Amino acid sequence: MKDIFKGELVRLSAFDHEELAKAYAAWTRDSELTRLFDGGASVLHSAKAGTDFFEKMIKEDPSANHFFSIRKLDDNRLLGDINLNVINDWGSRDSFVGLGIGDRNDWGKGYGTDAMKIILRFAFTELNLHRVTLTVFEYNPRAIRSYEKTGFRHEGRLRGALLRDGKRWDMLYMGILAEDWKDIYHG
Amino acid sequence: MKDLYRGSLVRLCDESPEMLAKAFAKWNQDTEQHRLADDDPAQLWSEKKIKEQIEKRAENTSQSFRFSIRTLEDDKLIGGVGLWVASWTHSETWLGISIGDRDYWGRGYGTDAMRLIVQYGFIELNLRRISLGLHAYNERARKSYEKVGFKFEGRMRGEGLRDGIRFDSLWMGILREEWLAQQGMLP
Amino acid sequence: MLDIQTQLFEAQDIRFGPIDHETHPEIESKWTHDAEFMRLLELKPARPLSPAMVKKQYEAIEKEMDEEKNLFYFTIRAREDDRLIGKAMIEWVSWTNGNGFIRLGIGAPEDRRKGYGSQALTMLLRYAFGELNLYRVTAVVPAYNEGALRLFQKFGFMEEIRRRKALNRDGEFWDLVSFGLLNAEWREQQNGRG
Repeated sequence: MKDIFKGELVRLSAFDHEELAKAYAAWTRDSELTRLFDGGASVLHSAKAGTDFFEKMIKEDPSANHFFSIRKLDDNRLLGDINLNVINDWGSRDSFVGLGIGDRNDWGKGYGTDAMKIILRFAFTELNLHRVTLTVFEYNPRAIRSYEKTGFRHEGRLRGALLRDGKRWDMLYMGILAEDWKDIYHG
Repeated sequence: MKDLYRGSLVRLCDESPEMLAKAFAKWNQDTEQHRLADDDPAQLWSEKKIKEQIEKRAENTSQSFRFSIRTLEDDKLIGGVGLWVASWTHSETWLGISIGDRDYWGRGYGTDAMRLIVQYGFIELNLRRISLGLHAYNERARKSYEKVGFKFEGRMRGEGLRDGIRFDSLWMGILREEWLAQQGMLP
Repeated sequence: MLDIQTQLFEAQDIRFGPIDHETHPEIESKWTHDAEFMRLLELKPARPLSPAMVKKQYEAIEKEMDEEKNLFYFTIRAREDDRLIGKAMIEWVSWTNGNGFIRLGIGAPEDRRKGYGSQALTMLLRYAFGELNLYRVTAVVPAYNEGALRLFQKFGFMEEIRRRKALNRDGEFWDLVSFGLLNAEWREQQNGRG
């Protein structure tokens, strides 16, 4: 059987919440990152707050949350994380995906796109989900392009859902169905 | 020694949390009352929740002095009043009053209760000054406070927003020596 | 000039009221046994609840309201006798962005189609825009809930998102539709009327 967690540039591995929390404490000092990633106000997280947050999440609903670290294939360096949250286990088998590459020097190199491809394969061939949804901010064109390339389709936008730097931005919703994915990757 | 709790129209008293919760639950439905008295959004807490909140607040009695207001005539519970010590070292206190029952607005009951609590603050707590805030559109309250001896001290511009309209908060204060002079009690 | 006299919680036939922990759990428990109601209001699987479970939910709701300050929950009562007939809420409020999600439902089938939904939505919007000062509100509706689709369209909401086949009920796939209304749009409607 193939190694489903291995891509071309990165691989997904188990997430070590202490390691990630420590990394996030450093990454969140870059407010451009937090503004790309999070709709709430940018705040500085201590490593402890990060660890507590991850621990709480694991405890609350371990089965619905699939959390991975993203590591570079060649040197195993921690690049970020990606998670899949199954929100509709019983019927439509819908889920939300979210990913972040922490260090700005690692942006625009295809790591995010590769990680997304791996998680979609995991979603559709291992979890047998029916659809994956994501939200992305209007002011993050790099991510939008990456998701389009991966096969997500635009499904709409919440107008003006974000207020940053005195300007209103839309929150975009994109989705990919199992049949879309099969057409692209196995068609 | 005078009866600190008895005025000419009302008396200050204590109330069981159940009684108070019941009264507040009723008064909360009157949003005009709420908009005159409160900053936060109007909310309809259950009696059970209000009772919890009252009991929780009662745990801290060293900094706050709260009373219910009952009419002398027929012992009707009509509102509440209290002093919160913001700083003992500076003897800085905040006063809050609300007449929940609209049948008792504009008839001198609030002013009578104010006189009692201010007297309590200066005679019993030996405070140096009492402060209070009010919405600029609350004319009736302003007149009442002036009658009791509070002086206008400032205006916070646009502090409130309701129905898309910005309004100011007014700040008033009364000093010990002013009050004593009023009472003819200066040494 | 600010109009503080108009009551935020009173409408023609209904009013908003607090939760009554004594009498409401039993009434709401009955609603949860009506799968149609649950499917109209909830995206989670329909599940009948005992009054004790409903009571627990109420406690959790008020706890969240008190601690998180991003949930505003109201019971809908009949004006004539204060009877519980439904619920309305604004949830997941993001203060820094000025957003909230709205949800409402009338519990008993005999109370539906009487215009109570419209009256409740009118009050809820006035509260969201006039008391919470939100920039926009979102309503998420399953595509099979025609009553809700019509209601939000009537109130000038714009369809913003269609999540394809996001729900699966009765062996069929349904889209999940998101409707949005901006404060400025709502205010324009009010001014047009007034």
